[in-house]
Formats: sequence, structure tokens, C-alpha cells
Amino acid sequence: MSSIFTVSILQSALELGFIYSLVVLALFISFKILNIADLSTDGCFTLGCAVAASVTISGHPVLALFAAMGAGVLSGFITAFLQTRLGVESILAGIIVNTGLYTVNIAAMGFSANLNLFQCESIFTMAKDFTGKYFGEGVYKILVTNGWYKLLVLVVIVFIAAMLITAFLGTRLGLSIRATGDNAAMVKASSINPKFTITVGLCISGSLTALSGGILVQYQKSCDINLGTGMVTIALASLIIGETFIGRGPVAKRVVGVIFGSCLYRFIVAIAIRLNVPAECLKLVSALIVAVAIAFPYIKDNARFTKRKYAEMARRKKGGAD
Amino acid sequence: MLELKSIYKTFNEGTVNEKKVLKGLSLSLESGDFATIVGSNGAGKSTMFNAITGVFYVDAGEIILDGEDITFKKEYFRSKEIGHLFQDPMLGTAPHMTIEENMALAYLRASKGRHGYFSRVGKKDKEMFREHLKLLDMGLEDRMKQPAGLLSGGQRQALTLIMATMVTPKLLLLDEHTAALDPATAEKVLLLTRNIVAGRNITCLMVTHNMQQALSLGNRTIMMDSGNIVFDVSGEERKKLSVEDLLGKFKDNAGKNLDNDRILLSGK
Repeated sequence: MSSIFTVSILQSALELGFIYSLVVLALFISFKILNIADLSTDGCFTLGCAVAASVTISGHPVLALFAAMGAGVLSGFITAFLQTRLGVESILAGIIVNTGLYTVNIAAMGFSANLNLFQCESIFTMAKDFTGKYFGEGVYKILVTNGWYKLLVLVVIVFIAAMLITAFLGTRLGLSIRATGDNAAMVKASSINPKFTITVGLCISGSLTALSGGILVQYQKSCDINLGTGMVTIALASLIIGETFIGRGPVAKRVVGVIFGSCLYRFIVAIAIRLNVPAECLKLVSALIVAVAIAFPYIKDNARFTKRKYAEMARRKKGGAD
Repeated sequence: MLELKSIYKTFNEGTVNEKKVLKGLSLSLESGDFATIVGSNGAGKSTMFNAITGVFYVDAGEIILDGEDITFKKEYFRSKEIGHLFQDPMLGTAPHMTIEENMALAYLRASKGRHGYFSRVGKKDKEMFREHLKLLDMGLEDRMKQPAGLLSGGQRQALTLIMATMVTPKLLLLDEHTAALDPATAEKVLLLTRNIVAGRNITCLMVTHNMQQALSLGNRTIMMDSGNIVFDVSGEERKKLSVEDLLGKFKDNAGKNLDNDRILLSGK
């Protein structure tokens, strides 16, 4: 059994966990904070992949990530525009944008279904070069030879994003966005314009989703039109796993839960792969993990009630009351 | 401070369900006026409040607040200046945000022009929130990090009142804000209302079904019936009125008995 938990598995699970934690953070904002089921996530993620891949290929790895975020903001804006200004149901708005994005994504990839980034400079190769140039051999060995530099880069990015989001949610605008999803009646009677707060929230959410996609293509050095497929379910599962383990509470704690959930999800998938689950079954395994993760809190509650019920029934029988 | 100039509102116009709710209603409130409003079912009390806060635009007439024509201003624009409390205590606070966050939101939004989108509350502000909560005498000042959803209805309504008045609004609308509370809590919230409104000279309109309250609170009593004001009393004349007189006045002016299934004739 010990061979299942190798360091390299932990390492790659953490790397993927941190990359995808940005999507989970995006869903945390749209789904948990704004209380909107934004189904444009899949397309928006691929949009980030496509835009970042194209810009990376043209030799601007850092700009690529910002371009991806910009594209994500646009995508979020359109989703928000459809639901706040044109009266489209929020779920439908996401689906419409998701569908439309497929064409946009193909276009962003130069009308090809996949791109190869193997020879390109990326934020990871930059970090590698940086380590080689400025640090001694010992550090280089730990970071590059053992491969920890990727994780370090990701931790820094996610840390910055998480800090910014946490701080933002305490500002006037951030609090307004939270109130929008928490109590619609209160928002109506206060000076918050829900159309505006929903738009801002979805733009932020879109930018995080696309950033995640952008980092992923640089990480795996390839881009595919199907990278985002099923992303919304996976992110939702991670969100709920995180919430189940870390619980609710202050925003900072919940954001930590988001990142933790994402890493744990990747770890579970990594173990599944390790246990020789055939590649074609992976989607089913993912779906199972998602279903279990979402059902778990409910089952736990139910089990507690049932246990109490039987304990009480047993007690009454014994006591012979009535 | 507030002026309603013959406002009209008809719902479902042109259908069999057409209902003329406000029919040329005019009302003028001086700065610092605290008027109680009584009236029968469907008299248009809540509709008048909704017209003032901008839930809908009126069909005709003007609404002027502090010299500014707000007839066609959006709801969220007006609520910068207008505090609004409802009967349901759940409507005024965000349940999953802490007491402190709720207050921060109210504070940052209400103080016009001073706070940008990215402004936050500081230590001083939090201390000020604590002082406000202490006035409630409900122990909330020690629970500021707890979600507002954990509070009882009365506590939430008291918190909402604090939030609505922390930065003095130009107008405070109270729509039976104690009706859903138990008598003791209602009394407490009412006392608090009286202190805050009088202490800061807030212009206030309060709907109540308690006739005794209608006379004892504030400086003016307004009776409404079928979309209009039928009786408006203040000053010395009001001080002499008893509940029976008030009901008599209603019958004289509206031509029928005050008919309201929630009316409370006695005081407590």
C-alpha cells in the first residue's frame, strides 16, 4: 500500500490542486457568495486556456495570463449582462455563453482543436531560469532537480489571489456583493444595485476561471479544446469537499477550505489513477467522487438523525414506557 | 423634508383586476416630523411607502425629498437617503454575514461620498459599531463576530434599526416594524425607535395597527383610507385625542368604521 502515496504523486496532486483551486475560488464567488449557478465555467476555463496558449506561443508567458484573465472578465461580463440587463435566467445565461464560447475558443486557438507549447517559454521555465541564475546549487537541487519549483510558483500565485479576494470581500463593494447573494430583500431596500454587484462578481469569477485555464496550459505545455469539459462539476465537488472538512465561518477560513478541497480532490483522483483505473473510466470516477462529496454532508446528517431515532426507540422499548 | 404631490398608482390597469390604490395622495412632512399612520386594510399605506422608496414609479404626481425630485429615481438611489424597516425582521440583515460585517456594509454605503468602492472599516469604526450596539442593551456588542442569522427576530430588528440610522437618513420608514415581535421585545424596539428618532431629529413615517401607539408616538397622526389621507392631526389637538376620538374621526371622515383585522385598540 505504501507505494500508493509516493512523493511525486503528492507533488503533482498538489500542483494540479493549486491550479484548479482558482476555478474553485471562482465558483465560491459565483455559487456560494452570489448564489448564482454560473454554468459558463467550462467554456470560460477553455477560453483562458486558448487565449493564454496563443499568447504564450507568441512569446509572452506573463502577458498570456493577464490576457486570459481579461478574456475571463469579458466572458463573465456577458453572462452577467444577459441575466441582469436582458432578463435571461441565470442558468440559461451561463449555458448560452458556454455554447457560444466553443466557437470563440476554437477561433482563439487559430481554428485548431489543439495547440502545442513544448518549445515555449512559460512562467514555469522562467521560474526555473530564475532559480538557476540567483540561487546556489543547494536551492537549485531542491527546487528544480526535485521539481518543487512549479509548486512554489503556483502557491505564490494562489496565495496572492486568495489574499486579494479575501481583502476585497471586506470592502464596501465586496460586502455589497456578499449581501446581494445573502439577502435579496435586504439588497432591494438598501442602496445596493444588484445588477452592478452581480456583474462585478461574475467578472471576478470569470477572470479567476480563465487564469486557472491559462496556468494549466503553461503547466502541461499543451492546449486542447476539451480541457474545460466537466470543469463546473469538478470545481463544485472541490468546493463542497472543502466546506465539509474546513466548515463555514469567516471568509478567510472558507477560502482556505476552497484550496484544501481542490487539493484533496486531485489527491483522490491521483490515487484512483494509481490504482490502475482505466483511463476511459476516469470521468465516471470523477462523477462518483462529485456525487459522494455532494451527498456526504446530507448522509452524515441523516445518519445522525436515524441513529438518534433508533437509540430512542430502543430506550423506550427497554424502559417499557406506555 | 418629504413632499408627495397628488400621487396616483393603479395596479393591473385595464384588466378586470384593476385596482386604484393611491388616488391623488398628497402629504407634506416637515424636517423632524415623526408621523404615525393608521388605516384600514388596503388603504394604501404600504403602497405609499413603496412609492416613496421606488419599488415602482407612480402613474402621476411628484415625490420630493429634501428639495430633490426623486419621482423617477431608481430604488437603490433613493435608499441611500431613506431607511426602511419591514415587519419581517429577516428582511433587514444578511444572515450569513457577521453582525460587524452587516454594520460595516450599512455604514460604508450610507455615508455618502466619503467611501469609495474599496474602502473598508477600521478599528475606530468598529469601536463605533460597538458603542451603537451597547445602546441596545442586548449583549450584541460581544457577539459582533457571529452571523446575524443567529440572532432572534427582535435582535435582528433592533440591529436593522441601528443599521438604518447609524448614518442619519433623511427619511426613516417603519412599516409595522414591531408587529412580528413578542410584546416585550416589541416594547424594547419601540422605545429604541423613539429614542433614536427623537434624539437625532429624524424625519420618520411609521405604520402601526396599535391605536395607542399611533397617538403616543411622534408628533403627528395620519389616517388613511382607500388611497387617500382622511385625517391628519398634530400639535395640541392631537394631545387631547383618545383612541375613541380617533376611531370616531375615522368614521366621520371615511364614512365607515375602521376595518382592520389586525387593529389593536388597547395600549399594551
